[in-house]
Amino acid sequence: MIGEGIQSTNQRKHSYVHDHVEVGFFTDPSVCIGCKACEVACKEWNEVPDDGFTWSGNSYDNTGHLGASTWRHVMFLEQDRAKGDQITGLMGLPNPQSTIRDPQSDDPFRWVFLSDVCKHCEEAGCLEACPTGSIVRTEVGSVLVQNDVCNGCGYCVVSCPFGVIDRRPEPLVDAGGAFKCTFCYDRQKSGLVPACAKVCPTESIVFGRLDDLRVRGAERVQQLQQNGYTDAQLYDPTETSVGGIHAFFLILGEPEAYGLPPKPQVPTIYLKSAWTSAFATAIASIIATLLAFAFFA
Amino acid sequence: MTSNSPSEKRLEELREQAWKDGVAVGRGVDVAGGPIPRKPGYYGQPVVKPPVWTWEIPIYLFVGGLGGMSAAIALAAAIFHHVDLARAAMWLAAAGAILSPILLIMDLGRPRLFINMLRVFKHQSAMSMGVWILVMFSACVVPGLIALELHALHTFTGAMDQFVRIAAGLLVFGSAFFGMLLATYTGVLIGATAIPAWFLHRVLLPIHFGIAGLGSAAALLELLGHRIAPLNAIGFFAAAIESALLVWLTINKHGAADRAIHEHSSGGLIRTGEILSGPLALILRFLGLVPFAAISFLIGALVSRFGWIAVGKVSGSDPESVFAAERL
Repeated sequence: MIGEGIQSTNQRKHSYVHDHVEVGFFTDPSVCIGCKACEVACKEWNEVPDDGFTWSGNSYDNTGHLGASTWRHVMFLEQDRAKGDQITGLMGLPNPQSTIRDPQSDDPFRWVFLSDVCKHCEEAGCLEACPTGSIVRTEVGSVLVQNDVCNGCGYCVVSCPFGVIDRRPEPLVDAGGAFKCTFCYDRQKSGLVPACAKVCPTESIVFGRLDDLRVRGAERVQQLQQNGYTDAQLYDPTETSVGGIHAFFLILGEPEAYGLPPKPQVPTIYLKSAWTSAFATAIASIIATLLAFAFFA
Repeated sequence: MTSNSPSEKRLEELREQAWKDGVAVGRGVDVAGGPIPRKPGYYGQPVVKPPVWTWEIPIYLFVGGLGGMSAAIALAAAIFHHVDLARAAMWLAAAGAILSPILLIMDLGRPRLFINMLRVFKHQSAMSMGVWILVMFSACVVPGLIALELHALHTFTGAMDQFVRIAAGLLVFGSAFFGMLLATYTGVLIGATAIPAWFLHRVLLPIHFGIAGLGSAAALLELLGHRIAPLNAIGFFAAAIESALLVWLTINKHGAADRAIHEHSSGGLIRTGEILSGPLALILRFLGLVPFAAISFLIGALVSRFGWIAVGKVSGSDPESVFAAERL
């Protein structure tokens, strides 16, 4: 935590991999300043290639979304709502001709930054779907793609309920394989903190034991609500088939505004009905074919 | 503003418009009188990722379905002593067994690593199950075809011929078993994903792909000269089921969640495909125009496969479809 200095879980060495401790990320937008140091640190450490410079026109976000070459993504939300107990005045001069809102009233506005990342699901769609066994669960509970095994079939891409993993296109380095956040497994094996958390200047990204972080997240929500952030809530879908996530978030407002699915489901829950239909179709097909030959010969 | 560049001028116009009307509208303007995004979700960005698959996959869905169900027709033909038809059907099945892996490998991001598919068997991954079904299908079809040809051409006599006959029977049975799974599992493959327009129709998809495969196999055999009543009956059956599926798809709408099936060019492809292989093929068969019915069904089956992959791309890129599906 802030004030702990090098004793913070974001800074000190650890042995979570050796001790098989479930770890997580807790990302808190209420202290994020939108500096994108996490994006840069991630790209630097993991040697993630540059996937092009495009100006999106969407606030200060020119990254767009998570993908094969974007493993951390700082979102910039511009909302016409007050942040906490912030007192808002008029934005600019009152315009009597304005048709959109009462020109004499408050004009609340807030800028929210949230660093998005792979959620490292408890029941991970990508891991279940992977037909090569390239995607595995690590000792610390994270989900890891083994680049040398992946043959780029693309099935994980459509199996992720959060739209995180993607196949890297030509002509980038290691093109054709599926990529996403590794939770800096290589760093963690050496007792280091993931690059994004290590570099975060406000500890908006906190790395640590998952159980500790869940307690910390709940406390932070309570604290914010007491300070007027009535729409603060945790985003951690434990109630759905995803069964909770290792990288969970505090959000202000509804998950949809952050492009987060409100009720994500792991696609394996659809298998039973789909396979039943497939077997029934196979049986019906052979019976129909046999009958056709029996009665129309 | 001193700059005379077109973009600066456009910006000035927008400022003036916003000042005058309180709202600025037009191309590239997402905000209403302020910096508030009006697109759904986060600036309209996709919530799930659309499929990365290219043209190889819809062709594979067509070829695998046709080849797989050909083996089922081969089994029925062999049981009812239509040996020539069984041979032709097994040739089609073998063509499917050879073309399918080529198409699948071509679509991989790293084709040289395709063999990694065979290092695990995962029942919870429809892709893994499909690979093993295809392997077993090929392992039955190729020797099955050889055994069937050896028996039909009377290459051996006596006990050896008996052995070849039994082997052919068993292998054709195996081909039919795995062939029918090959034709239907593809519905599970795209049905058990995070793409709303796909998973909402996960029961319909295996029926559609399986029956389209059966009808395509019968249609192609007819076009190859096997104009016999059983194949015509299968053609009627398949076209009738496809017509029923078209009705089901029209009734079973989920609003914004599966609008990709009913709108856009993707919806057009699905409707075109279903009409060609459903009602149109049915009418042509009633009129006795069997070759036209066969061609209509084949084109419809191919077009609708392209349609379903296109639907996945549209639905996967549409944040509102994900939100709507989760609110259902």
